[in-house]
This record gives sequence, structure tokens and C-alpha cells, in this order.
Amino acid sequence: MSAAGRGREGEWALSFHAIIFWALAAMTIVPAIGIVVSKNIVHMAFWLLGTLLGVAGLYLHMEADFLGMTQVFVYIGGINVLLLFGIMLTNREPLYVRAAVKRPAIASAVLLGVVVAVGLIQSFGATEWHTVKDAVAPGLADASAKAVVNGDGTAATLGTYLLSDYILPFEIVSILLLVVLVGAAYIARRDPEGGSA
Amino acid sequence: MESYFTFVSSVLGFEPTSLLGFVGAIAVWAVPITAFVSVVGLVSIWLERKISAHIQCRVGPMEVGPHGALQTLADGIKLLGKEDLVPAQADRILFGLAPMLVFASTFVGFAVIPFSQKAVIADLNLGIFFLAAVGSLEAIGVVMAGWSSNNKWSLFGAIRAATQVVSYEIPLGLSLLAVVVVAGSMSLNDITQAQSGWVWNWFLFRNPFMWAVFLIYFIASLAECKRAPFDLPEAESELVSGFHTEYSGMRFAIFFLAEYGAMYIVSAIAVVLFFGGWYTGIPFLDHISGSIGGTTGVVVENLIGAGTIIVKSFLLICVQMWIRWTLPRIRLDQMMDLCLKYLLPFSLVLLVAVSLWQAFQGPIDGGNSVMGMIMLAATVASLIWMRRLAGRVSKASALRRELPVVKTGL
Repeated sequence: MSAAGRGREGEWALSFHAIIFWALAAMTIVPAIGIVVSKNIVHMAFWLLGTLLGVAGLYLHMEADFLGMTQVFVYIGGINVLLLFGIMLTNREPLYVRAAVKRPAIASAVLLGVVVAVGLIQSFGATEWHTVKDAVAPGLADASAKAVVNGDGTAATLGTYLLSDYILPFEIVSILLLVVLVGAAYIARRDPEGGSA
Repeated sequence: MESYFTFVSSVLGFEPTSLLGFVGAIAVWAVPITAFVSVVGLVSIWLERKISAHIQCRVGPMEVGPHGALQTLADGIKLLGKEDLVPAQADRILFGLAPMLVFASTFVGFAVIPFSQKAVIADLNLGIFFLAAVGSLEAIGVVMAGWSSNNKWSLFGAIRAATQVVSYEIPLGLSLLAVVVVAGSMSLNDITQAQSGWVWNWFLFRNPFMWAVFLIYFIASLAECKRAPFDLPEAESELVSGFHTEYSGMRFAIFFLAEYGAMYIVSAIAVVLFFGGWYTGIPFLDHISGSIGGTTGVVVENLIGAGTIIVKSFLLICVQMWIRWTLPRIRLDQMMDLCLKYLLPFSLVLLVAVSLWQAFQGPIDGGNSVMGMIMLAATVASLIWMRRLAGRVSKASALRRELPVVKTGL
């Protein structure tokens, strides 16, 4: 942490940072467990809201402000609303899903979960982590890096990169999304001949 | 991590040295905002009653206070004393959580709404994006309220609210984006400062497309606030009270407060984006600290700013009310038609037009050059041409649908 040399206030800053982080982590993980444990599919969708908010908070905490707000805008405002909408429109029966899950399925899922968790912990431990500031502080040559350090946020930098160095992937993704939209519209479209497509 | 530090200390003017200090600092800002939201609620509910009454040739509340000004306060006290009812089969936790979520999403928006150059709690450089993002949280709260009430009218209201949010959100976002293109920033402070000077510097008059952008924003913001003609989630004449049918007492009051708070927020955003924010449009008044000088000048300037933006926002709120009491509610399919078939294409075209205007006018110094003028004329002409072609295509497809005999010919 860059606040290490700040004496007593620095220590407070570190612990404060930790408090915020653990609060956000709990906010992400507790609802995630809720999604798995809950028996009611609508409750699952509302638990998902908590997880998505927690992840957005973690992004903001890591100074990825644009990403964090996009998370709220797209995943909560768009996807979670659509999810709820879909569930409420299509389900007529009581929304219990647990009965279908067999015991071996749970056991295999737990095994897989443990393996993935061990792998993730290992790779997190092996990686050398930097904050954006630590990473760019020695050089400070790049104007966009300076903008991040000065607290001007990541939006301008992201925008510049997306429309210069990474324009090809960016455009390919946009075309992919367009194709998906057209495809969805085609599938949902009523056949002009009268019958359903 | 540093961002919290800088954020908190820049807001407070000093660095809090403990967690308690931090929490206290948050409270220092939360209390005035809560008070402001409540006052906005009180004033706009009174305005709504008076405006609706005068539109319907009545006088409205007259008994409590001068011209019934304290009627809302009396009603608020009455709501406080009411029993807190929860339907027996309702989902109690979600039922209780829903009004909080709705209120919180509105409340958080006030953190970035500027009152004057200095009086803004957090001048985020993503301010406008932040407002759009937290605005969408409200819809989830409404869906939660409707579903957890375990009442079919509430559920219908919830489904309508979800339908509405996916319909209006895209034109709303695109119209915000058009303004961001003109301003070159997403910070509400920067956007306002780009409009300083005389009235014609306001973004509404910046280029010929901004009027249309404002109209689209305004229509979509009516839908965001669930105001008539988009009050489908409540629809008193169809769904009893829609998503808040089962709510009583303070929970109901919180929904109402959030609705009026949201009206203020969308109006304040419109003022910041199109009507010059806290600027009066008269340079002398806006920079009065230059002529008065000292702390007094700064205070007077900021007070004028705050008064200006609040008055402008309330004027827009009055327009919203005027629309509510003079237009009938549209149907759900009409709402989707309007948002997805008209507002969405128009806002896309406007975004392109505004961007082209900026591209041709910006670097060429006021658009004086012949090249800039030609390109602008070509832009407008091509847009009109495209519109005509689109009209022809839709006419042809309509013909094809109505007369299947012609199918072989076409």
C-alpha cells in the first residue's frame, strides 16, 4: 500500500481500507451463498442484486470507477431487471427448484468448488499485485496514467484506448452484439405469412 | 483507498482520524440531504394538489396553513401514526426492504446533484453516468415491492415497471450521451461550466438538435419517474395502486417521498444538461463575487446559484405535473411502441447528428469555414433523405402485409 509511510494515519488508512474491503467482500459472498441456498427462484434473483452491488463496490474500491458504474448500470439496471421480468412472466407454479437436485450432484459440485477455490487461492498468492498508482508511479510519463493518479478517473483513459490501440477488438465486439440483437429479433419475430416462426 | 481519503477530506475540509469520524462525516452530509428531500417532497406534493386542482377548476387544499401549504405536513403526521400493516401471505423481509431500496436509490442521487459551484457533495467525474446507474436501482425496488406484496395487482404493477425500465432506459441513456458529446465531460460541474455566460450559451441552444434531445430526455424521464402518461406501474384506475397497493403508513410515505425526490432529480439533471445549471444566464449575476469580493461575494454567488437551480428544477416539476393532469395514461403496448420504435431510433439519429455537428464545428472555430458549413448542410440533408427512405420502406412493407396477392410482384 502506498499509505505505508504515513505513520499513524497511514495505519488507520490501512485498517480502514481493510474494513471497507471485508465489508464489500461479505456483501458479495453472503448473497452469493444465498443464491445457492435459497429455494425460491425470485429470492435468488434478489440475492443476485446484492452480489452484483458488492462486485460493483469492489471495482470502485480498486479505483475502477467506470467499470463499477457500468456494472451497476448494465448488470443491475439491465440484466437483473430482465431476469426478474422473465421469471415473473414465465412462472406460474410455486418457484421451488431444490427438489430436482440429487445428492451426488451436490457432492460433485462441492468437490469442483473446492478444486477451483484451491486453484484460485494458489494463483492469487503467486501473482504480484499492484494498485494502479503503484504500477504507474515510477514512470508517470504517460498522460493517461497521470490522469488516473490524479484521481481524474479511468473513463477518459479507457475511452482513448478503446478508440485507438484496441479499436479492432472493440469494433468486433460491437458487431458481435449487433449480430446477437438481429438474431434475437429474427427469432422473436412473427412470421409475416401468418403462422409462427 | 487514497480515493476515500481524498474524497472524505475534500468534502469535510479536514481529515477524519478514526472510523467514528468517517461515519460522523457521512452523517453530517446525510442529515441535510434527508431534510432537503423531505422539503422537496412537501413542496411538490402541495404543488401537485394545487396544480391539479386549478387544472380541474377546483381550489385544492385551503384549510391548513395559508392556501393549504401545511396540508402535506398534517398528512405526513397522520401517516406516521398509522398502523404498519403487512399482508399475511407477503414476503415480510422483501416487503420491508423494497421501500428502503427505492428511497436509497433516489437519495444517493442527491449526492452528485450540484446546487451551485461549491455546494455539491461529490463532484464525481462520472456524475451523469452515476445518476443513470443508480436510477436503475429504483426499478428493482419497485419489482421487489410488487412481488413481495403477494397481490396480483401489485405483481402486475411490478411487471409493468420492469417492462417500462427496459423500454425507456436506452433512449434516456442515449440522450444523456448526446449531451456528454457536446460537453466533453461526464462531470455535472464541467457540464454546467461549459454553459456559463449569456442564456444562448445553454446547451439547449447550442445546436439545432439539442431541442429534440431534450424532448427525448424529458419524455424518458417522465417514464423513469413513473409519472403520467407513463404511470402504468401504479395505474389507479386499473391496478388499484399498482406496486404499492399493500403499503400503508410510513412505508407508503417513503414510496411517495422517493417518487417526488426522483422528480426533483430528473428535473435537476435536465436543468444541468440543457438549461445552464446554476447559471442565471446573465454573466453579471453569475460572477457577482468579482464585483462584491471577499467571502461575502462567494457566498452571495453560491446562494444565487442554488436559488437558480432550485427554481429552474421546480419549474420543470410543474411542467411534469401539468402533463400529468392534462394527458391520459397510455397503454403498455403504446409505451413500448413509443420508447422502442420512436424514441430509440430518434435518439440514435440525434446522437450521430450531435457528434457530427461537434466534429465539424468544434475544431473549425465556430463553424465559420466553408467546409464546416457544407458538411453541416450535408448532415442535415442526409438525415432528411434517410427519413424519407425509411418512410418509403415502411410504407412498402405495410402494403405487402395488407395485400398478400402482390407478394409475387414485390
